[in-house]
Amino acid sequence: MKFVRAFGAGLLAAASLLPFSSAQAAEDTIKVGVLHSLSGTMAISETTLKDTVLMMVDDINKKGGLLGKKVEAVVVDPASNWPLFAEKARELLEKEKVAAVFGCWTSVSRKSVLPVFEQLNGMLFYPVQYEGEESSRNVFYTGAAPNQQAIPAVDYLMSKDGGEVKRWVLAGTDYVYPRTTNKILEAYLKSKGVKAEDIMINYTPFGHNDWQTIVADIKKFGAAGKKTAVVSTINGDANVPFYKELANQGIKADQIPVVAFSVGEEELAGIDTKNLVGHLAAWNYFMSVKAPENDAFIAQWKGFIKNPKRVTNDPMEATYIGFKMWTQAVQQAGTTNVDAVRQAMYGQKVKNLTGGTAVMNTNHHLSKPVLIGEIQANGQLQTVWKTKDVIKADAWSPYIPESAKLKADWTFPWVCGNCAEPKFKM
Amino acid sequence: MKILILALLAFLACAPARADEFSDAVRALNADNFADKIAAVETLAGLGDGRAATILEAMSDGNLLATKDGAILIQRASGFTDALTQAPASGEGAEPITVNNRLRGALRGAVGRLGLFSPDAELRKRAAESVLTSPTPESAGMMRRALANETVPEVRTLLALALANLDLADEDPARRRAAVAALRDSSDPLSRGRLQAMLENETDSEVRAAAEKAVSEINFRLSLVSIGANIFQGLSLGSVMLLAAIGLAVTFGVMGVINMAHGEMIMLGAYTAFVVQELFRAFLPPGLIGWYLPVAVPVAFVVTFLVGVALERSVIRFLYGRPLETMLATWGISLMLQQLVRSIFGASNREVANPDWMTGGVDLIGGFTLTYNRVVIIIFCMAVLGALAALLRWSSFGLHMRAVTQNRPMASAMGIPTGRIDAATFGLGSGIAGMAGVALSQIGNVSPNLGQGYIVDSFMVVVFGGVGSLWGTLVGALSLGLVNKILEPYAGAMLGKILVLVVIILFIQKRPRGLFALKGRSVES
Amino acid sequence: MTLHPSLSARLFATDDRRLWWGLGAAALVLLVVIPALNLLPTPGSALHVPNYVVTLLGKYLCYATLALAMDLVWGYCGVLSLGHGAFFALGGYAMGMFMMRSIGARGVYGNAELPDFMVFLNWKELPWYWMGFDQFWFAALMALLVPGALAFVFGWLAFRSRITGVYLSIITQAMTYALMLAFFRNEMGFGGNNGLTDFKDILGFPLAQPSTKLALYLLSALVLGLAFLLVRFVITSKLGRIMMAVRDAESRVRFLGYSPTHVKLFAFTLSAMLAGLAGALYVPQVGIINPSEFSPANSIEIAIWVAVGGRGTLVGAVLGAFAVNGAKTWLTGAAPELWLFLLGALFIAVTLGLPKGLLGLWGQIRRKEVRDA
Repeated sequence: MKFVRAFGAGLLAAASLLPFSSAQAAEDTIKVGVLHSLSGTMAISETTLKDTVLMMVDDINKKGGLLGKKVEAVVVDPASNWPLFAEKARELLEKEKVAAVFGCWTSVSRKSVLPVFEQLNGMLFYPVQYEGEESSRNVFYTGAAPNQQAIPAVDYLMSKDGGEVKRWVLAGTDYVYPRTTNKILEAYLKSKGVKAEDIMINYTPFGHNDWQTIVADIKKFGAAGKKTAVVSTINGDANVPFYKELANQGIKADQIPVVAFSVGEEELAGIDTKNLVGHLAAWNYFMSVKAPENDAFIAQWKGFIKNPKRVTNDPMEATYIGFKMWTQAVQQAGTTNVDAVRQAMYGQKVKNLTGGTAVMNTNHHLSKPVLIGEIQANGQLQTVWKTKDVIKADAWSPYIPESAKLKADWTFPWVCGNCAEPKFKM
Repeated sequence: MKILILALLAFLACAPARADEFSDAVRALNADNFADKIAAVETLAGLGDGRAATILEAMSDGNLLATKDGAILIQRASGFTDALTQAPASGEGAEPITVNNRLRGALRGAVGRLGLFSPDAELRKRAAESVLTSPTPESAGMMRRALANETVPEVRTLLALALANLDLADEDPARRRAAVAALRDSSDPLSRGRLQAMLENETDSEVRAAAEKAVSEINFRLSLVSIGANIFQGLSLGSVMLLAAIGLAVTFGVMGVINMAHGEMIMLGAYTAFVVQELFRAFLPPGLIGWYLPVAVPVAFVVTFLVGVALERSVIRFLYGRPLETMLATWGISLMLQQLVRSIFGASNREVANPDWMTGGVDLIGGFTLTYNRVVIIIFCMAVLGALAALLRWSSFGLHMRAVTQNRPMASAMGIPTGRIDAATFGLGSGIAGMAGVALSQIGNVSPNLGQGYIVDSFMVVVFGGVGSLWGTLVGALSLGLVNKILEPYAGAMLGKILVLVVIILFIQKRPRGLFALKGRSVES
Repeated sequence: MTLHPSLSARLFATDDRRLWWGLGAAALVLLVVIPALNLLPTPGSALHVPNYVVTLLGKYLCYATLALAMDLVWGYCGVLSLGHGAFFALGGYAMGMFMMRSIGARGVYGNAELPDFMVFLNWKELPWYWMGFDQFWFAALMALLVPGALAFVFGWLAFRSRITGVYLSIITQAMTYALMLAFFRNEMGFGGNNGLTDFKDILGFPLAQPSTKLALYLLSALVLGLAFLLVRFVITSKLGRIMMAVRDAESRVRFLGYSPTHVKLFAFTLSAMLAGLAGALYVPQVGIINPSEFSPANSIEIAIWVAVGGRGTLVGAVLGAFAVNGAKTWLTGAAPELWLFLLGALFIAVTLGLPKGLLGLWGQIRRKEVRDA
């Protein structure tokens, strides 16, 4: 009798591992997945984007839904844990059968879910500026590529208005985005005649919080008699102590300006900006831009989040554009089928919040305007320069020799994300 | 109405031409492009009108506004005034005039030059300092005039130095040589940069030799400065590590609780600082805002003390003698506290501003800045440690605490309420962590993950110094900070940290109980 | 520190038959029933086990093997290592390097020799420590030997100097932390923060195919079973008894003439190799290995699985790994805003209410039944 019970217990224990019987997808809703970390180190940035998607879903349901169905957001927490990202992506696609996923922030999380999306033919909207060098058939990149952020920012600093900078500090966190951006910038600066000894490159670990030495070094480097600027690709968490140290060591924006690509309104809300006025940031969106679309978006956001002090930022706009484009493409295709929607995505247009129109290109990246702003005492970024027209994102940078020969184009005859020649013959 | 306009016209006609030029230039400050704005700034600076300085300063602080109909206003705490007439005005619909860095630089130069002739010696000194950082050939004549009239020796030195910097590029070798001689005693990296730039195309051999000598002398002084700076930075990093670890030295070192929630106590302290700051902003006059920090310290202590006592009574007291189980339970507590803070305050960073008295720093020689917040933290850290040591050494609570941790049954037999002492001790450790959180909010992030960044380092410090020894924690933290900062310039921040960890691992092999090991029989248990 | 081995003694001596029946049943479910339910019923039917569940279970099985390794050193030898994640990750990196090499010219930059991230960092040739990883046998060997060697050297230094208790826990934590920082550095040649990813296939089988995943799952289940038998063999041997004696009274063992250093070193090294094996199986299933696997929090979590399941029982370690990770999977989807509260509460409740873990709960129920009968 004993062994029967033991056998039964073992069976039960093993069978209890299966509480995941495939859920029946309700037919009357369209599900979208939200794959942003709500806990762990990345929750600081990603929680806002989860709320943005929820706001967009709420909005479209108020307007009567999509294809006559309600849209339902499935929120999961990948907890800033990269293998968990892959697991949750699989769960969203296989178990929840979502039509599209909005998610990821860090490059490593995107890399982690990429095989899952490609295997299961899912659709991911990735809303953060990143290093480029990628174009997946199953991902639409609505954030900036390096040529939509870094290069215009450096151009501006080299111009008369930017202070005719001759000497450059490229400071970043040691991971792929800063490495790539700095590599592109180094090649670009050298092509503009900047000498190697006028470029200082510095990498720090994630979450670095003791900046005394590095800020002192920057000061020393800037004391060589040539106009110096810092191009910062320092990642999220490390920025607050960096800027605090900068302010306290008395580095003023008109002496050594710092232009950042990862610092927006949301990050500035956590910093006292009184002593940082004049330092710069380059993005495709600023909350301070006066435009009817932007005013409406900000009002909608403040109402949704029920906090009049909350700010908006660039990745939120990227999420907004991605979501709008997806809904338009679904309406156009008349189905949420991934292959049909993908085809409908190409050339899809959505009005930017800052004016002009964003276009989805066949390399799965956007054409967007580039704005350069100076930090104000109230934590906002004031535009000091803006591109005349939208700039098309390069998936593959022409300044990196290995990637210069590659091209991303998912329409006939190329149908490829990283090819040197088309897959098909015309 | 007509009469009014006529009167105005008459007034304008009678006004001197210079004033007209002045008001035109002021209006031009709101030009469409930055080049025109800069031209207007230069004009204003050259006119010598007394009002210019105020207007330009307001502009560089972002306090100059323009209304739709073109009036230029100055914004002050007391309200708006018209820049030209200085009459009070309504700020309705006025937008701040945008300033960019180039314009800001021009403004700073202009204000500086205007300041050189101010009757106030302090203003002249500031102006001289500002022209010293960026002397331009255009301002040379002005500086010479100012130097001729200057009586205060300090300002004279500054002006002479600034002129010497310009003279390096002079055509006359004698002047260049004099300039080199003047710069020889400076320890300013900017002057060194200019001397080096001059060496690149210096033809006069005598001047060349003098300049080379001057550069090497400045280099020597600067290397001394950088050693000094390194030591300060090491002490500062060490004191931050120490501050984060003192609380753990009590809960882990003295009580033996592997307190994984220690980092979250630091975080709670930092959030308390945030709440106190917000209360100050909401309910007290703006002048008092600088006081929020001294108030936040005891408040944070009380809050985290109470949280600590609650945790000890509800969870940890059931786990004494099972240190590894406490690790598991406190890990659970730390997850819950993080999520709690995330639910209440949101996941993003919260802004905790440095009070004015902790902002900035004093420029010592050679471009080395002693930042106030770092100095305050070093002092605060030593004060906390001193107070704790005194409490343990001389108070009856300290005596009881030591008795309980050394021999619990005996202490209990002597009538010491061991349960209450345990709770108070854990509360004390948590409270100190809370105070540390207030201090750390001044140099870093205030986010739900704040504590995670300090927990591993804190354990290293306590173990390296020797569990149970406050003195060991002090020496351990400061030496780790110093080693880290000495390695950083050579190995980089990342490798430096790795090397420090390897050093700790190897060091523990030599001294398995840390720097200052407790002696006695209790050690073996 | 004294956890009496009564529970384990009961499980393994008097109730041996019960254990084997239980294990047999679990093996049957894992090796036969689940694969059958995955392959046979049509997708969508109530009995069908979807592919993602198989992948998920494969991952848990690797965690369970890791927990077994942890239980060997902690539960039976009294060495609480807070750095076991490092051995797991090293094994994973070894396998990742093999799969990286087998991508060959299919990488985005089309370089047959160098992985993409090296091309990108302008490396011209393969660093020496990547040599040989194009051979599966070499990578598999390294997945065992590298963690084993690290554990041997580290353990030799630590146990020789008689570093015990929390000191040992903290320096193992320092070890994994230092490794994490080192692997984060792009100059190290292991892909920096992104780690190794973009794998295409393993031994010619495409990773994207469900059949490959199922095979990996079956392999993980087999490895878990074999690891269980191996560890059980060790702890029931004479050496195992000395191990437990070291755990309970190290000084006495030393006075009796045994060398606790050698015993601990053996357990630590064996455990690290098991952890490396688990890591090597884990990486092809999750498709990425990066330095965050080295983070101290991950290593603490391993200890938590063991504690939740019941320390020093082997079965408990496996159970704990499944229970905690299952809860995590379920709660991060079902209650994304609240799951940390629930998980934290679980840890507290287990320590306060179930000092012997979930398995102890089973024991309590059993005892009550015996009393009532």
